[in-house]
Amino acid sequence: MATTKPTSTSPKGATAAAAPPPAPVPAEARATRPPQEVFIDGRHSYATIDQVIGRVVLSPRPPIQWILITLLAFGLLNVLLMTITWLVLNGIGIWGNNQPVGWGFDIINFVWWIGIGHAGTLISAILLLLRQSWRNSINRFAEAMTIFAVVCAGLFPLLHTGRPWLAYWMFPYPNILGMWPQFRSPLMWDVFAVSTYALVSIIFWFVGLIPDLATLRDRAKTPWVKALYGIASMGWTGSAKHWFRYEQAYNVLAGLSAPLVLSVHTIVSFDFAVGIVPGWHTTIFPPYFVAGAVFAGFAMVMTFGIPLRKLYGLQDFITDKHLDWMAKITLATGLIVFYGYILELFYGWYSGNVYELAVVNNRLFGPYAWSYYALLFCNGFMPQVFWSKKARYNTFTLMTVSMAVNIGMWLERFVIIPVSLHRDYLPSSWGMYSPTVFDWSMFIGTMGLFTFLLFLFIKFLPMINIFEMKELLYRYTHKPHPKSGDEDFHGEATSGDPAATAGVAAAAKGAH
Amino acid sequence: MAGGSAHAGDGGIHGARGAHAHGHGHSGHGHGPHGGEVLDPVFGIVGEFSDADALMHAARLAREAGYKRMDAYSPFPVHGLAEAIGFEDPKVPWLVFLGGLAGCAAGWSLQYFTAVLDYPWNVGGKPLLSWPQMIPIAFECTILLSALSAVGGMLALNGLPRPYQSIFNAKNFERASQDRFFLCIESADPKFDPEATAEFLRRAGAEDVSEVER
Repeated sequence: MATTKPTSTSPKGATAAAAPPPAPVPAEARATRPPQEVFIDGRHSYATIDQVIGRVVLSPRPPIQWILITLLAFGLLNVLLMTITWLVLNGIGIWGNNQPVGWGFDIINFVWWIGIGHAGTLISAILLLLRQSWRNSINRFAEAMTIFAVVCAGLFPLLHTGRPWLAYWMFPYPNILGMWPQFRSPLMWDVFAVSTYALVSIIFWFVGLIPDLATLRDRAKTPWVKALYGIASMGWTGSAKHWFRYEQAYNVLAGLSAPLVLSVHTIVSFDFAVGIVPGWHTTIFPPYFVAGAVFAGFAMVMTFGIPLRKLYGLQDFITDKHLDWMAKITLATGLIVFYGYILELFYGWYSGNVYELAVVNNRLFGPYAWSYYALLFCNGFMPQVFWSKKARYNTFTLMTVSMAVNIGMWLERFVIIPVSLHRDYLPSSWGMYSPTVFDWSMFIGTMGLFTFLLFLFIKFLPMINIFEMKELLYRYTHKPHPKSGDEDFHGEATSGDPAATAGVAAAAKGAH
Repeated sequence: MAGGSAHAGDGGIHGARGAHAHGHGHSGHGHGPHGGEVLDPVFGIVGEFSDADALMHAARLAREAGYKRMDAYSPFPVHGLAEAIGFEDPKVPWLVFLGGLAGCAAGWSLQYFTAVLDYPWNVGGKPLLSWPQMIPIAFECTILLSALSAVGGMLALNGLPRPYQSIFNAKNFERASQDRFFLCIESADPKFDPEATAEFLRRAGAEDVSEVER
């Protein structure tokens, strides 16, 4: 107890982290931490966290790499816009979709993009609920990826309708046709699931941004920049009462997003599983799609996160440890996905059904067999590299494997969609599918859109959650065991010296 | 909750500030303990702290000393700080629950009304009320309305967005979102007294104490 300092009224104790900048993390505090708990490298104080994360946004000139990548992405975005223009003028006949392959690149890319978005929600919601503090430095960035991925995903079914200006027909509203949408169709579930997902993701992201926007408002020097961040931060003060409700709402949002993200990809998988096409009609799809989404999403977070942390010198916050853990999740979800592939083969054989056997045969030896073997290589073989710790700490292998997974997950949807559709029950209606230049330009165009939005986000909003990093730093410096919960905090704080407490109380009384 | 009175307060800001600018010299005026109709030109006395534990300690002392109307400001959520200033509010979770119920009811009845009552249509011989197929949309609507009520409720109860807040007048307050910690004892507190409260904050460990205009 603090009886050795009877006259002190300031319970400074061991927590010197908040002393005027740049106060380092006390050496003892760092030493007593178990090494796997360290998710902030280097010597940081609250002020240096603001500095390092805030300067990306507030510095007037972005790095040259940012300008180049943004310009490149903007070019690709224009490719997308031109494709869409041509598509709207001519109809979806410019794509490779045909009979029997009615779903081609459009649906492959829709599912691929939605899946990529899921890592963001997983990181921000599920890891928050599991109290994984390592999520704090990657969640903002991953949430932004979610939103932009959903934007890219949404374009495909919207344009696949052929008349995107009539897309509102999908929503239930009283109309002069006297008709209502068919709610028994998984495609209608998709409309509700994806639009809910987009809205909730945006809300979740924005709520997380409010306190950081206030920090930027207070750090900005230019008046109009200050005014813009001031408006966006809605007058956030950091009041304890506000924080209290804020955390209630944020945790509830996390709790809601977790089942939401699972439901979204489950419903996406229902688009196939509820249909009777051989190769689609399997009950394993929901879990296997969700695992695949997380797998693809983490790979994409690494694909963008590794170059960005280098470009902006954020290695202190996105540490090698973070990459290590992301690689482990990629490996784990990759194994689930691989298990799904094996089970699909097993089901085909075990069913004894001639059509299911034909699907297996077609995947292994059909005209698109190359895509199946490439898929097994990218998603089955490549992630196994992550069993090695050395590989998980090497940015080159991390990048290589994540790129392989990005491609592999795209191939998975290729194998499921056109490869199942091109040969169904009647050999007389078999056909082949090949994408046209517009399929490719649209796909590459959405990559441009995604990168463009992501780089705008990096320039104008803090890509790492500032207040959560401070909270993490506080927990590290405040007590040696950050995992033991907040309960022992009370004991510590109230153990301040009784003499001082009595003295101050007396002073307050005496004043009246 | 604070919505109505907060707006009344906004209305009075400019007048009160003007009056205050002239009468700064005698801020120790004898205002009634309950504020009365005339808004106090002084919003409160604020103490600045360098770390979260010091703020927490001071907040506890302030409560023990009998202060009721106060607020603590920190750059990140400090667990236990709301309790330390005597704040408790279970409204947000309840709003979420009600929002979720409303969403579920809305999603379900939309489908029931359209598929069974208004547009009965035989699809593949399925019964009109093929309820398992109604679960996904009812679920999504539940999530959507719960999420909207969580955020809407949080913002409304916090009185946000609200670009002007008296506390922004506090000295050095731009660092409340960065690396400093503040405890403000508001003039609306029955025990508030400019000198004694300032002295109290100083003794509670504040590194700097200043008066905040409304």
